[in-house]
Amino acid sequence: MSDTQGSMDAHRLAVEIRGGSKIFNLGRHNEVKALTDIDLDIGQGEFVTLIGPSGCGKSTLLRLIAALIDTTEGTVLVNGKTADAARLDRDYSMVFQRAGLFEWRNVSRNIELPLELMGWKAADRRQRSAEMLELVKLDEFARHHPAELSGGMQQRVAIARAMSFHPKLLLMDEPFGALDEMTREHMQHELLRIWSETRITVVFVTHSIAEAVFLSTKVVVMSPRPGRIAAVVDNDLGERTEATRDDPAYFANITAVREALRGGH
Amino acid sequence: MVFEELLRQRAAREQRRDRMVRTGRQIVVLGLFICLLGLLYSLYKVMGSAIDDVQSGWPVIGSILPGSDDLRMPPVLDIVGGIFEEPRGTDEPFWSIVGKEAAFTLREAAVGFAAGVVVGLGIAIVLTTSGRLERALVPHVIASQTIPLIAIAPIIVIWGRKSFDFLPFEWQDWMSVSIIATYLTFFPVTINGLRGLQSPRPENLELMDSYAARWGQTLWRLRLPASLPYLFSAFKIAATASVVGAIVGEISAGVKGGLGRRVLLEAQRYTTGPERLYIAVLGAAALGIFVFAAISSIEYALVGRKGRETVT
Repeated sequence: MSDTQGSMDAHRLAVEIRGGSKIFNLGRHNEVKALTDIDLDIGQGEFVTLIGPSGCGKSTLLRLIAALIDTTEGTVLVNGKTADAARLDRDYSMVFQRAGLFEWRNVSRNIELPLELMGWKAADRRQRSAEMLELVKLDEFARHHPAELSGGMQQRVAIARAMSFHPKLLLMDEPFGALDEMTREHMQHELLRIWSETRITVVFVTHSIAEAVFLSTKVVVMSPRPGRIAAVVDNDLGERTEATRDDPAYFANITAVREALRGGH
Repeated sequence: MVFEELLRQRAAREQRRDRMVRTGRQIVVLGLFICLLGLLYSLYKVMGSAIDDVQSGWPVIGSILPGSDDLRMPPVLDIVGGIFEEPRGTDEPFWSIVGKEAAFTLREAAVGFAAGVVVGLGIAIVLTTSGRLERALVPHVIASQTIPLIAIAPIIVIWGRKSFDFLPFEWQDWMSVSIIATYLTFFPVTINGLRGLQSPRPENLELMDSYAARWGQTLWRLRLPASLPYLFSAFKIAATASVVGAIVGEISAGVKGGLGRRVLLEAQRYTTGPERLYIAVLGAAALGIFVFAAISSIEYALVGRKGRETVT
């Protein structure tokens, strides 16, 4: 993790997919073409959302980047390495729709989990987990257990856990999908604050058009059967505030994404 | 800060008090249950005696149901008295003799239980590594339990005496009984352990993969903690089964010094003291309750989440 390493990474794309395709159960009667011909570049520090109807392969695409599943064809590079090498180097971190906290661990120990796996010393882990709790504004809840937290708070702990080892890339699979509208908007602001504080690259799967346009610098619109990229909408709305949700440019981009989604069918 | 500390102290105090109340309540319930059993036993006996003496009244007992004369059903007071009596040829009260024998059986059962947990969990962990292995081996694990214990007990004792010379310590017969207890113990641990080890949600396993966790790390930090509730219900079954295994093992293998032997002996000289057989059986029951309670309290300490409110 030297400085030269860091500046070299800055020139590389965070994610580079060429001709990516994924077929589940290849050659069997229940074969499913999940993704075909995916070409996608994501630069360092970008906030990219993947949007599309159910079955368009957006979660599959996220898992290809994470190397949790293999591509059937094509290449996926993360920070210039194969996706699996990036996984083994812990270049990225994932947040799922369900917070998936370990109920037998308190909040602080949940955040320390990846650090434990990486062999950090206890004192360093504790310090980092305290920093992370401050980042997601849950410092008073370090010793609570997940069952004692609301859904939004649990998801904030999951984000803190994901960010704990300062990964370069954050992969989020409908992280706010299970939250109510108010909590959801609040979490969007929190995520953008964390993003602007850390300048981490984010790939964010959602099926909410408003969420995609509010959050990201680039909206990747996908369409189903077979899953493919229908359009990429650049979404430069500048710094987000509450006022952004009433901005004409925000509505214009929502319309653009909606039309791209319709065109894909 | 001071206020929070006080709140914490109060919560800890309440938790301790909760536990004491819980234990106390259980002891009272157990005592009442024993009294109720004694009462029902006596009631049946009184109703049965009526026909033995007067040849009238309760035709069901004695004809359809077994009769209740003092040989078949020693009076409750005889049983209670027998606990404190010194049997002929000894200068020790009977409770003390049975207690020592229960301790002997407990050692066999405890060693057998511990070995069964290690073996059972080991098999479960191995089976977790591959679905194909699981499908291939689980039927054999189940089949192993269909072999009657009484048939294999003498074989294990003979093996112990003749074949275990390579061990660094001298093999003793009670260790063979422990093996018999192990045979009963490992099964529920394997079956429940397998379910528990497979209980984490897919996204939690994906999470560990995304952190590039090694197999052993996932096992230790996710699969095993997630399986604890499953394992403890297996441990409770296994602990009582280990006592049964030890007693049956002693009887069928002819091992001296434990409760199994005592039950056999008191059955042989039943006519001279029927209450002693009853006491031996009650001792065995008490031992089973004891191991069950011991596992329960370990479970409570390890996975109990009492006194913590879920926020909804």
